[in-house]
Amino acid sequence: MLFQSILFYVFSAVLLGAALGVVFARNMVHSVMFLVLTFFQSAMLWLLIEAEFLAIVLVLVYVGAVMVLFLFVIMMLEVNVEAVKRSLVRYAPLAAVISIIMAVQLVQLIWVRGAEAGASFAFAPTPEGYDNTKALGAVLYKEHVYAFEIAAVILLLAIVAAITLTMRRRPGLKVQDISKQVSVRAKDRIRVVKMDSEKRS
Amino acid sequence: MIGLQHYLTLSAMLFVLSIAGIIINRRNLILLLMCIELMLLAVNFNFIAFSRYLGDTLGQVFVFFILTVAAAEAAIGLAILVVLFRNRRSINVQELNTMKG
Repeated sequence: MLFQSILFYVFSAVLLGAALGVVFARNMVHSVMFLVLTFFQSAMLWLLIEAEFLAIVLVLVYVGAVMVLFLFVIMMLEVNVEAVKRSLVRYAPLAAVISIIMAVQLVQLIWVRGAEAGASFAFAPTPEGYDNTKALGAVLYKEHVYAFEIAAVILLLAIVAAITLTMRRRPGLKVQDISKQVSVRAKDRIRVVKMDSEKRS
Repeated sequence: MIGLQHYLTLSAMLFVLSIAGIIINRRNLILLLMCIELMLLAVNFNFIAFSRYLGDTLGQVFVFFILTVAAAEAAIGLAILVVLFRNRRSINVQELNTMKG
């Protein structure tokens, strides 16, 4: 138990440090790297409270796919970072005030209400033979299969939208138009002209 | 002993940090998207902690769907960003005022 507590505090410290890095890093590539670290630490914390399936999904989908997409886009666009630096100085006091107020209130409420309720907020041990992936699959495929289908359609929509948004047709490009090629007819191509023969001059 | 409150506190701090990030990086569209991802992560923390505390798997199903929608959102957002950069040569949010009356 003590070891788990130590792990929790270490993981949370790294998580918050990496989140600070995302917000304050000068270089956007560094920001993305810190975001990768943040997601990875979250996955570790989720493993700690036995949400194994989602932890692995977070690593595979987020670190493996979404963050790589971010990196691709950042490296594809050469953006100057001067504008970011200027706005950092101007809005920092406002951000500090707002976030400190919100953090104090949230933390206070969580701990004060917790103490008032008096109940134990420790996690109950999982029952014998509990399998997180199996339980999740049972709920997902039995009770919420309709929502699952909708999620699949949303992903399809994202694919179609991303491709249609980023596909561009350059005006001067010489490409074949297949439907025009197929629908062509001989009588459109050849014109038979009837004319009298010319006299030799 | 680590309990529900510790996880809720961590998630609250993460959420506040991402709001500060949105205010600070108001000009950079990519950083705004990344801060939104952080915010969704904080929400997911809440769902998973409560799911574990109540012993109910439904919270984790919710996290599953949030992850799906967030991935779709990131893909479409980045596609819009690429188109924007192609047309305007900039991703500064403050310069996107062509629709201002």
